[in-house]
Amino acid sequence: MTVLDVSGLRKAFGGLTAVDEVSFGVEAGQLFAIIGPNGAGKTTCFNMVGGQLRPDRGSVRLAGRDITGEAPRRIWRLGVGRTFQVAATFGSMTVAENVQMAFLSHHGRLRALLPSARRLYREQALAVLERVGMAGQAERQCGLLAYGDIKRVELAIALAHQPKLLLMDEPTAGMAPRERIELMALTAGIVRESGISVLFTEHDMDVVFAHADRLLVLDRGRQVATGTPAEVRDDAEVQRIYLGGAGAEAAARQIEARAGEQLPGERAEGEAR
Amino acid sequence: MIDPAFYVIQFLNGLASASNLFLIACGLTIIFGVTRIVNFAHGSFYMLGAYFAFTLTATIMPALGDALGFWLAIPVAAVGVGLFAVLMELLLLRRIYRSHELFQLLATFGVVLIVQDLVPAIWGPEELFGPRAPGFTSFVVILGFRFPEYQLVLIAAGPLVLGGLWLLFNRTRWGTLVRAATQDREMVGALGVNQSVLFTGVLFLGGALAGLAGALQMPVEPANPFMDINIIAEAFVVTVIGGMGNVLGAFLAALIIAQLQAFGILVFPEITLVLPFLVMALVLVVRPWGLLGTPEPMTGHGFAGDRPLKPLGRRAQLGLAALVAVLLLLPLGLGDYTEKLVLEVFVFALFAFSLNFIMGAGGMVSFGHAAYFGLGAYGAALAVKHLDFAMEPALLAAPLAAGAGALLFGWFVVRLSGVYLAMLTLAFAQIAWSTAFQWVELTGGDNGMIGIWPSAWASDVTVYYYLSLILCGAAIAFLWRASYAPFGYTLRAGRDSPLRCDAIGINLKRHQWLGFALAGTCAGLAGGVFVFSKGNVDPGALSIPTSVDALVMVLLGGIQTLTGPLLGAAAFHLLEAYILPLTDYWRAIVGLIIVVLVIAFPQGLAGFLRERLAGEESR
Ligand SMILES: Nc1ncnc2c1ncn2[C@@H]1O[C@H](COP(=O)(O)OP(=O)(O)OP(=O)(O)O)[C@@H](O)[C@H]1O
Ligand SMILES: [Mg+2]
Repeated sequence: MTVLDVSGLRKAFGGLTAVDEVSFGVEAGQLFAIIGPNGAGKTTCFNMVGGQLRPDRGSVRLAGRDITGEAPRRIWRLGVGRTFQVAATFGSMTVAENVQMAFLSHHGRLRALLPSARRLYREQALAVLERVGMAGQAERQCGLLAYGDIKRVELAIALAHQPKLLLMDEPTAGMAPRERIELMALTAGIVRESGISVLFTEHDMDVVFAHADRLLVLDRGRQVATGTPAEVRDDAEVQRIYLGGAGAEAAARQIEARAGEQLPGERAEGEAR
Repeated sequence: MIDPAFYVIQFLNGLASASNLFLIACGLTIIFGVTRIVNFAHGSFYMLGAYFAFTLTATIMPALGDALGFWLAIPVAAVGVGLFAVLMELLLLRRIYRSHELFQLLATFGVVLIVQDLVPAIWGPEELFGPRAPGFTSFVVILGFRFPEYQLVLIAAGPLVLGGLWLLFNRTRWGTLVRAATQDREMVGALGVNQSVLFTGVLFLGGALAGLAGALQMPVEPANPFMDINIIAEAFVVTVIGGMGNVLGAFLAALIIAQLQAFGILVFPEITLVLPFLVMALVLVVRPWGLLGTPEPMTGHGFAGDRPLKPLGRRAQLGLAALVAVLLLLPLGLGDYTEKLVLEVFVFALFAFSLNFIMGAGGMVSFGHAAYFGLGAYGAALAVKHLDFAMEPALLAAPLAAGAGALLFGWFVVRLSGVYLAMLTLAFAQIAWSTAFQWVELTGGDNGMIGIWPSAWASDVTVYYYLSLILCGAAIAFLWRASYAPFGYTLRAGRDSPLRCDAIGINLKRHQWLGFALAGTCAGLAGGVFVFSKGNVDPGALSIPTSVDALVMVLLGGIQTLTGPLLGAAAFHLLEAYILPLTDYWRAIVGLIIVVLVIAFPQGLAGFLRERLAGEESR
């Protein structure tokens, strides 16, 4: 089943066309990566899918339903969780409270004036934090955590309402290399076990080629290639403008490492059925 | 029928006052563009310009002759004010560029208060009439009307300054730097050492322009100690409508506002005070960043050092119980005067607490919270005077009136954030103040309304003391509880990260709106209780100084704690009661308190105590 269907998306800022005629589809259980150099338009794409930006043209459909130009909070209600390139969390709250906020919103309890917010949905919040490995720090103030941990909290917030689709804009930006690999492995694990789909972007080619089922390559707003990791790697234009050198090496390394496994795209689809 | 030529004259008068407004507003907007500080003291600069010019003309006109003396005194006065602004930058602003906008606004307001007491101390409280401008003392005849020549000088001043600024910003290296810094915030950081030179220079320029405006006004209007407050609110309106940081926008907005006033006075003389603020509110709804302004990024408005909200510990609970016991027993040992004083502390504690509910928790800095206090006070008073209500229903009318006002104003307010939000709250408070001031038949105007006393059963001070304690205490307890409840957390969430709120389905504006209305309702209850303890109400209840008093209480006590506003209200009100009668410099003292708090104790009394206690425990 196609969870996300994007077609002909376009956005310009003044004279600059940040995203131009981009189309792709994300299947259930798939990890779909958008890659491209700085300023390629990746974040702009995420913002149009998540509702933070209204596209100039084109449409975004979520499980068949048109959500083009809807407000982020509506899109969230329809089952889309997201993380941002620069993590957005509630810095003055504890880790647990950050996740509890998502539950309060999900259950429509935000306007309650009398109960103590700290006690509501605490168990559920701790369970989600457990999955991202942050339960041990549940009582710490979120704003004082190491950046990598803040990103994990953000992931927990995004997972709280059991979304169909997770949007992750550079989930590992600002992390140490070891942490990056861990976090992506963790995300991939969660995705495989719960069957949600993920749209993510990443500058680390090792991370991308290790986990992505499909890739889309953007360059200055233009969609250069779309396909499986192997197809993208072999695409002549991608080689020329983007992958050359270290990127190509990482791609080759990761694709070889995965050659022994089942093809992840097929496996994911098999599970979803 | 009015002679059509009269409209031409009125239009020319409008142009002259547009020039004056623009001269003030352009400095304000340039300073904001580069430093991101909204400078309340800009009105003080203007006033100082007039006083400096008065003193200078008095000394150099006899020495150098009238013409030379006068036309030399004007620019020298402007430079003098520029230097005063530089002094302020070096001593104060430099320390708060990275502070929360609340601290910046309050700190510059502290300077306003200090200057307000300095000016009469130096020049005396009377109006001072300056000399007329040599060479421009007569009239020209335009379409049969006599029109003062000096007005033509003023009309020319605006476009001349606009042209001069254009040359400065486009033809000089320094001006290019100012323009670049206004457009690109990141760039200012990258400037390094040059940054302080740039900021000091900008303050000089802005100060000198305001000084010039004040000096040029001398032949038209006597120098007087109220010039600052009268002009600053309008200057804010002009900068906000034009788009903060945009000089051309300020020029357009000055024209619009001045002409609306020039002609508005012919049609509705009653609404001249309200008109600029109405226009501003409308413009902000359609264009939240003003006519030519650029949008600000969506960021949180948390305070440095914000911490998670902790439930009261054992010790604090005991302390609270002891406090309540003391307050209950207090009337046994106090005379009527002191009882009344403590009762007023309850009122201001609720006022300050309700402000902090939207400000500390919600990150919405209101510079006009007095509007809701005053709406409550007037609501109760009007109910008694015009509807013959008894005290009990009038005390219900107070929060309802304030709540309705807060719902109406709040709908506009929550569409903005940061300094724009603060400016809009100020504008609404001025609308409420102007209405109370100008609608004499209904409100008694400047004199207000008297003879609003409690019902017979509550007329004894001690009974009213307990009534106030119960009403204010219950409202505070309710807001306290709400702070810990999901609703309070939602406001905090909006303060920390609007982006994240939106991405987890929170309709932030709706919750901020409700929070604003709830805080307004509680402030209204405080106003209602206040009115029956005083027996009267006047427009002072809705004025900027009352709004600032609430801010100072919160700041004094500490924004980041729930106990802070309560402590601050008690400390401030008792200080005021005991020190005000002893000194002519109460405002300057408050100003100094503000400046010291902002620079040295941004965490306030409660924050300071909390840190001391935490320090002890960890030892
Ligand atoms: N709000 C905006 N206003 C104007 N231009 C913008 C805006 N947002 C993005 N841009 C421009 O659009 C282009 C694409 O930006 P975008 O943030 O989508 O790139 P990106 O692929 O996410 O880059 P990065 O890898 O650096 O995050 C860039 O040239 C950027 O400067
Ligand atoms: Mg990006």
